[in-house]
Amino acid sequence: MTAERVAAIAGVAESDLGDVAPKTSIQLQAEAAREALTEAGLAFGDVDGLFSAGGDTFAASMAIGEYLGIRPRFTDSTNIGGSSFLSHAGHAYQAIASGLCDVALITYGSTQRSQTGRSLGRAGGIRGPQQFEGVWGLPAPVGAYALAATRHMHVYGTRPEQLAEVAVATRKWASLNEKAFMRDPITIQDVLSSRWISEPLHLLDCCLVTDGGGAVVIVSRERARHLPKPPVWILGHGESHTHLGISSMPDLTTTPAVYSGAAAFAMAGVTPADIDVAEVYDSFTITVLLTLEALGFCGRGESGDFVTGQRTAPGGEFPLNTNGGGLSYCHPGMYGIFTLIESTRQLRGECGARQVEGARLALANGTGGVLSSAATVILGRD
Amino acid sequence: MTERAFPVLDDVSAPFWEGVAEGVLRIQRCQECARHVFYPRAVCPYCTASHLCWVDASGRGRIHSYTVVHRAPPDYRDQVPYVVALVELDEGVRMMTRLVDVEPARVRVDLPVELAIRGDPRLPYFRPRSSE
Repeated sequence: MTAERVAAIAGVAESDLGDVAPKTSIQLQAEAAREALTEAGLAFGDVDGLFSAGGDTFAASMAIGEYLGIRPRFTDSTNIGGSSFLSHAGHAYQAIASGLCDVALITYGSTQRSQTGRSLGRAGGIRGPQQFEGVWGLPAPVGAYALAATRHMHVYGTRPEQLAEVAVATRKWASLNEKAFMRDPITIQDVLSSRWISEPLHLLDCCLVTDGGGAVVIVSRERARHLPKPPVWILGHGESHTHLGISSMPDLTTTPAVYSGAAAFAMAGVTPADIDVAEVYDSFTITVLLTLEALGFCGRGESGDFVTGQRTAPGGEFPLNTNGGGLSYCHPGMYGIFTLIESTRQLRGECGARQVEGARLALANGTGGVLSSAATVILGRD
Repeated sequence: MTERAFPVLDDVSAPFWEGVAEGVLRIQRCQECARHVFYPRAVCPYCTASHLCWVDASGRGRIHSYTVVHRAPPDYRDQVPYVVALVELDEGVRMMTRLVDVEPARVRVDLPVELAIRGDPRLPYFRPRSSE
């Protein structure tokens, strides 16, 4: 491990999850922010770097800044979809390294389940480049992931039951997490016999639709010395995107985690074999397979075999999405922040029944849009 | 029931949709680097040139990938199941479309397809190539 210890995660929290009516998304962010800062022994007044994406408003960091009375000297409302918060963590590291802030707060909240539901598409006149996709009735985003899955199956012979392995293993982890939305065990046959959404993806290949939010506090090395909790160091990070619409994806089987992962591993000075626990955005089962390949945990086209035999389940050789993931724990629309929260808790040894024994090095990866963006963060404990 | 999605023509996209209305699939070609470009743009993403001309595409291609949609956006629910595909045209560009005149279960990656303009507004659907 060659990485310099510049910035550490000092506090993490989820908001209420599931169905939070009548709470709003800004309330979820505020409650999570308070809890994460309290865990770090800090208050709103200590925050000088503010990061947010999503929510209900334009300029997410301004919205939460106003609500919490924070006037940051570094601000970032970058929104590249569900990977945004991992991108924020990388930006926070660099801002801290440059002396531009000292205490960074990342927030997210969504009430998509209780408030709005998901429309799967939009009607009416479509302007600009998206009009070449928007007229075809492709359900968003699942249809785009289905196109990637079909292609992966065609090129590499990946089978539906291999996708199902991911859903089944993730549910096993969820059964160990009392905060998870769906905890009853499922079988591969359950996945394969659940109704089609967009072939080759079944209902149980798809993430949940829940409310939820979270917050992450990242501080400088100086501050990390005096924390209530052991620091979880950011050792490497990377980000990229290759397209917005699925028809412009250069290769339907290669996510931009190829680039974000390589950058993060190089910065951290570690390899995929060194990682003890991985939390990767599982919007759909295919997302996990493509991400495992892109990050180099297995070779191109080998992800189906990699997950077969419940290798990613509790007790398996490759602990993956130990909170139960977007598939079974919670999925408010931009899941990425939860990969940072769970990675941090695993490295602190706080995960109880789902704890990966002796975890020292964790990888968190977010995917945004329709396999459009990726951001990777590698974390380690002392 | 709201209106189904339709394209709003603009400075760059109008020649494409006007072509479709006339029964022709027009795509752009860069006059500097000679590569075909889709979707239509004001500049060439390959070589930074700004001289893109319009050419008539063959209307022939192959299925690059596809999905059979069962859970559709609200305005398309009366049509399920239907096939949305990415078609790779012979000119080398990839385009989203819907397949017509084919049983969803018979669609395969690499299936040869051809243009089949339909509907109101007229849209560039594709169907299996009749000769194969």
